[in-house]
Formats: sequence, structure tokens, C-alpha cells
Amino acid sequence: MFNETVLKEIDEIRAKYPDRKSALLPSLYIAQREFGWLSNDALQCVAKTLNLPEAEVRGTASFYAMFKNRPVGRHLIQLCTNVSCMIFGAEKLVDFIGRKYGVQPNGTSQDGRFSLVIMECIGACGTAPAMLVNTDFYENLSENRIEEILEGYK
Amino acid sequence: MEKYFLKNIDNPDSADVNEYMKVGGYKNLSKALGMQPKEILDEVKKSGLRGRGGAGFPSGMKWSFAVADPKLPKYLLCNADEGEPGTFKDRPILEKNPHLLIEGMAISGYTLGAEYGYVYLRGEYPKAKDILNGAIKQAVEKNFLGDNILGKGVKFHLAVYQGAGAYICGEETALIESIEGKKGQPRNKPPFPVNVGAWAMPTIVNNVETLSNLPLIVEIGGEAYSKIGSKDCPGPKLYCVSGHVEKPGVFELPMGTSLKDIIYKHAGGIKGGKKLKAVIPGGISTPVLPADSIDCAMDFVSMPKAGSMLGSGAVIVMDESVCMVKVTYRALKFFEHESCGKCVPCREGTDWLRKILERIENGQGREGDIELLSDVAGIMYGKTFCPLGDGAAGVVIGMLKHFRNEFEEHIKNAKCIFSC
Repeated sequence: MFNETVLKEIDEIRAKYPDRKSALLPSLYIAQREFGWLSNDALQCVAKTLNLPEAEVRGTASFYAMFKNRPVGRHLIQLCTNVSCMIFGAEKLVDFIGRKYGVQPNGTSQDGRFSLVIMECIGACGTAPAMLVNTDFYENLSENRIEEILEGYK
Repeated sequence: MEKYFLKNIDNPDSADVNEYMKVGGYKNLSKALGMQPKEILDEVKKSGLRGRGGAGFPSGMKWSFAVADPKLPKYLLCNADEGEPGTFKDRPILEKNPHLLIEGMAISGYTLGAEYGYVYLRGEYPKAKDILNGAIKQAVEKNFLGDNILGKGVKFHLAVYQGAGAYICGEETALIESIEGKKGQPRNKPPFPVNVGAWAMPTIVNNVETLSNLPLIVEIGGEAYSKIGSKDCPGPKLYCVSGHVEKPGVFELPMGTSLKDIIYKHAGGIKGGKKLKAVIPGGISTPVLPADSIDCAMDFVSMPKAGSMLGSGAVIVMDESVCMVKVTYRALKFFEHESCGKCVPCREGTDWLRKILERIENGQGREGDIELLSDVAGIMYGKTFCPLGDGAAGVVIGMLKHFRNEFEEHIKNAKCIFSC
């Protein structure tokens, strides 16, 4: 089960909405933060805390791309390959990351350092190609830039 | 014209409430609270403001439907699920000028009789979430939000709801489902959200940029606002330009600025002096325009006449090196991924279109594939639950209309003619 601090955090979120179910997405984010990903235990914790059927919690979680249904590495690379990034060679950067760090889209490197997810536009089209590493934006990417940036994520 | 949305954003502390107040921030909220809600609504109607999320629905009309509904409580939702590929216009407001949005929402809440507002923010904007939460906290401390705003007995509370990476949640009924803690699948309409929306109550959903117009309308009045930009859809507008231009970025210009001027005057023209091939003018869901068709006013009325749509004002510029089959394929990969699966034409149609495009791009296109693409897109168009399916079909229809020869060449040569 969640600890007292987390339960209090969820209670405060619930208070902002007319219906407790609205706390589901925020609680899934919290569970993901606490467990690293949405494991069975994590989903059960959310279901119990919000008094919702587990199937419903699982169904909702599975709908959203940012909820992880498998363990992720220490750092999550979210690289955009949609059109504005694609025309500046984002797909080649996917290959580069794969070669250099041993991580494929939707996969995790063997050393557990990086997971890679291909994104559908992260709103950085004017400075394409772009990626998020964890919650940090990086723009105007090239192979060299990526190498420099990822040095900072051990 | 003096910048409005982007005023002060070169100030590194522009998101701070004190900096915002130094440039006149929140004085329009104070002015609005001295007016009757009906007076403000009349000004909004007079202003001619249209929703900036893409549909361009007259905001005053939408609001009057909600006001006319006697049910209480009413909710105000801000659509900050900026997910239309090519779009990054709301991000500077959210990250650099969040108090403009908060002031706009507080004025809107008072006008509509809504005491609770929520900003539905896309999950991919973690920085904006922290900034917005910080700004809301400051606004509460200054009494611009709360139970008794500026001592005038007006109540309005604001919270941020973080989406989790589903494009479809930018559709207003899907957004409502999502904030209710469900999968973001669109609802059947009617009933419209203005009557039965979030938690079954009258709900107004407006885009970030739309709500951010409110302080300006209150300041200068609807009449003066209606004189800015296009006659039929006035106001300042944020255009965001990406792709092969010298100076990509967000440009604040009067609504109705010509697409050609946006690209050549403001975004510096085509990168490296290359030749322009095509422009997607309003985000990936809007039909492509070939290079010779960009002399058109970028507003909700003129763009359909030019064969496309204003959408979110997200201009994607492509030079002669870009393969249109590949762009279409990538766009359909996106739509297939983001289709919520609720209705058959969209769920099956996006999958079919993507598969056919994939084989054409990979040199395995078959005779009859172009006709098949047309057929599938034609079957989808106008028959899906929400505009996602129309967008997907429209992209294919537009590309075939203007660049059919590229598709034919791919099939004939059994390979991508751009060696990509």
C-alpha cells in the first residue's frame, strides 16, 4: 500500500474534483513515481486507494502512452519523429541512439541506463528535432548534441 | 502592432506575478469584476472572438449557450492539450506568460458563473506544469483566485490536470472523459458540453489562446477588438512555423496575415535558398497546399476557400527535398497510433491507410493502391465520431490531389524516389 505521505497527497488531489474518480490519472502518475512503472502492485494500490474496480484502473492506465506497463531504465528518452522532426532527420537519431546506447524504441538498454520511447510531437517543432530526457527538453538535436546531453545522465 | 500574448516574454522572470503586474497584468480582472457578467459576455460577442483550438467556433455564442442553461455548477476547462503535430503556440503562453491565461480564466469564470476551472495540460509539458502551478499559487496569494477575489465576493478556483500522452484528449468531449478519470474517448453529441459536460454539468471548454484573449477584450472593448485583423474572425493570432524556413518560431500577428507573408516575411523564407514544395498550414490534420497556393489569408474563413484549414495555425514548411509519400505515411502512423478505437471507420481506416502507405513508401506499392487509398479515405471522411478520422482522411485526400504523381512514381519505380 502507499505510505501515509502519498495517501495524503492523493487525498489533497481528490479534494479538488467533484468526483473521486478524477483523481485516477494523477494517482497513476504518483504510482508510477513510487513504483517506477505501473506494475500489478502499483495498479492495485491505486484501485484500493480510490475504491475503484481494478479492471477500470487497468483499462484507463492502458489507454495513455505515458503510463508505463513495463519497467523503464534510470532515464527515459522521449524522442519525437513526427513530421517537423522527421524532415530534419529524427529517424536517423533513433538509429544513432540504438547503435550508441543499445536501446531500441520501447526498449531499455541492458545496463538499465536508458529507455527509449518515440513520441508523437512534443511541441518543439520550431527547434526540431527534439526530445525529452526525463522531464528536461532538448532541442535542435544532432548526433553530437545527443552524445553531449546523454553524458549528463549516468 | 504591440505584442499582446508575447508581451514581456524576453524578460526572464515574465512568469512571475509581480513582473506581470508591472506591465499592467490583472488590472483587467479588476475592471471586469466591476462590470456585470452579462456586459462582459456582450463584449465577447461584439469582439467576434473565435476559438483558437482549431474549430473556430464563435466563443460568445458558445458561452451564451452555457449561461442560458440554469444548471449549476458550471465548469470552465482550458484545453492545454496542445498535441496537434506542428503546434507549439500555447507553450510560450504557458511557460512564459501563465498569468495572462490565469487572468483570462478568472474573467471567463466570472462571466460564465463558473466557480471552478481546470487547465487540462498535456503530459509532455512537464515544465509548463510546474510553472503554471507556481503561477496559480502566486495568484491565490495575491487574491486574484480564491473565494473572494479582490474582495468583490467572486469565487474562482483553478487547478492543473495533467494529461498522459493521448492526442485524442484535445477533442473536447474526450478531454472531459479524461478529466473524469476515464479513457479519453469522445462522447456522442448532443448533448453538447455546454449543457452536459464535465461531471454532467454545463461545461465550457476553450483553448489556451482563446481564454488568453479575455483581458484584451475587457481592456479595449469588443468593438475595438473586432477591428484587429480579419473582419470575419478578428484578433491577434499566434502562428507557429516549423520545417524548412530560416527563422522558425512563434509569431504573433493579426489574424488573417497571408500565409506567404508568414513564411517569407516573418519566418525568413525557405532555408538555404531552396525551392518551396509544399506547406501544411494548420497542423498535420489540415490538407497540404502546394507552393503555388500559399497566397491566402490565414484565418478560419479564407483557408477553407484555399483548400485547407487554419487549424491551430501550425505552419509546416517543406522544401523540394521532402518526399510527400513519406510525410503522408508518417502522418498516418500518427493517426493510427492516436485513434482511440471507439468508432470503426477511424480505427480500421487509419490502420488500412497506414499499411498501404507503408508499402508504397517501401517500394512494394501495387497497382490500384492509389485508388484504394482514395476509397478508404472517402469512406472515412465525415463518418467518424470525431474530427480525428476526418483529419486522417483529409491528409490523404489532400496529398493525392496535389502530389498524386509522387505516389505513382513510387509504385512504378518500386522504390522511394527521394532515396529516403
